[in-house]
Amino acid sequence: MKRIVILGAGTAGTMMANHLHHELPGDAWEIVIIDEREQHYYQPGYLFLPFDIYAPEDIVKPIHEFIPKGVRLFNGSIDRVLPEEGLVQMTNGERIHYDILIVATGAKIAPEEVEGMKGSEWQHSIFDFYTFEGALQLRDKLRSWDGGKLVVHITEMPIKCPVAPLEFSFLADAYFRHKGMRDRVQITYVTPLSGAFTKPKATAALDHLLHEKNIAIESDFAIAEVDNEHKKIIDYGGREIPFDLLVTVPTNKGDAVIERSGMGDELNYVPTNKATLQSKAHANVFVLGDASDLPASKAGSVAHFEAEILTENILRYINGEPLKEEFDGHANCFVETGNGKAILIDFNYTHEPVEGEFPFPGLGPLRLLKESRMNHMGKLAFRWIYWNVLLKGTHIPFVSANMQEAGKHFA
Amino acid sequence: MEKALAGTILHVNEEGFMTDLSQWNEEIGKALAAESNIILTPRHWEVIHYLQDQYRKEIPLSIRKIGKSGVVDIKEFYALFPNAPLKTSAKIAGIPKPASCI
Repeated sequence: MKRIVILGAGTAGTMMANHLHHELPGDAWEIVIIDEREQHYYQPGYLFLPFDIYAPEDIVKPIHEFIPKGVRLFNGSIDRVLPEEGLVQMTNGERIHYDILIVATGAKIAPEEVEGMKGSEWQHSIFDFYTFEGALQLRDKLRSWDGGKLVVHITEMPIKCPVAPLEFSFLADAYFRHKGMRDRVQITYVTPLSGAFTKPKATAALDHLLHEKNIAIESDFAIAEVDNEHKKIIDYGGREIPFDLLVTVPTNKGDAVIERSGMGDELNYVPTNKATLQSKAHANVFVLGDASDLPASKAGSVAHFEAEILTENILRYINGEPLKEEFDGHANCFVETGNGKAILIDFNYTHEPVEGEFPFPGLGPLRLLKESRMNHMGKLAFRWIYWNVLLKGTHIPFVSANMQEAGKHFA
Repeated sequence: MEKALAGTILHVNEEGFMTDLSQWNEEIGKALAAESNIILTPRHWEVIHYLQDQYRKEIPLSIRKIGKSGVVDIKEFYALFPNAPLKTSAKIAGIPKPASCI
């Protein structure tokens, strides 16, 4: 009996457990998935918690509901991986041997990376919405906030879901409008990038929306410190931006277990072949989701597309066949723009998001890079799809793992 | 696109970043720096040579990595190449604009 061990039962790990359980003969391979938590969090929902659009119970469910029977779910914390020996060392001293390891340990915020971010104002006037707790605290703050300078800020790239802070700004605009207090709130979007997004065509569309919604943008801002006393953020060039309420996306890093195992880069991401998803250091270690150093978005859709390709590559690895160099960096993201509308973007390593129709060329019904109500319905429907289809590793009809070029208006 | 500078016809992209590092020399570096109103000092040259070395080794560049490189800290990097130091220094070094991830 051989064993595959999956580290992390989040979006990526859970999908892999389901795929592999379906594909591998149960009498030859044991599948073990390890996570220290007992709850699965629907992370895209964190965006909606602060605005009372989703309630906590909409986005939290027990992990075990999504792990197939026949896969061993191991609830415990990992001390480190010993990749040379093929062992996972648990904090309680237990050692688990693996023949194949799948790293799906994700990414986390690290506010301590910036001087003063976790200072006296943390969770008083400085909040994050990349954790369940942070999003809830922010919800309570927004319910009673009487206005002022709202600064939405990205510390440094890469971050999970790079469009989320933009969506937060758009939803904040709609939220304060709805409460009849938009005139008392100045919204500023602060980014280390040169514009709203990382790709030129999407940046042009999103810059336009920021302008339309009266959201100021401060670009090329590399934060040096948070001044808690005077409530301002200061960049290395000396530029200062005052705030009454700072909603920041702190530095994102891979899990500390990657660092303890000596398997990561300077941000604890595992160096990974971007086409095969095999770790660069160890042939029997594969990486997917936010844990890798791939130059792709850290997003659930990316993990979903990766899982389809990785499943095939693991079967090939087991059979001693060459791996398929197939993953193209495909990402597909809904961008909430407020007032019941959204934009959809679809892109990969080489093709930036452009206008067009999705998933059916010429038909849609979803519109790429254009605001529409149908896109917003797509985003809300996605929560159901996530819990009922995506995590179970079921293929989503008409949406391929590799990006389609048909139906896109590349100029 | 092409651009005439310091007696050479350079291959550049639409944002003015050189597309062929083999065309670069120190005279071109000085001329590119002058376009950003920067006069190059020995410290500038150390950073420029570090950036080119990283580029040749295909190591992606970020402000964080440069800050931890031991060549220059982030504060000095900003002092040397004000405003957007990574973009400005890359342009002067004749390497592509660093992709700031996705």
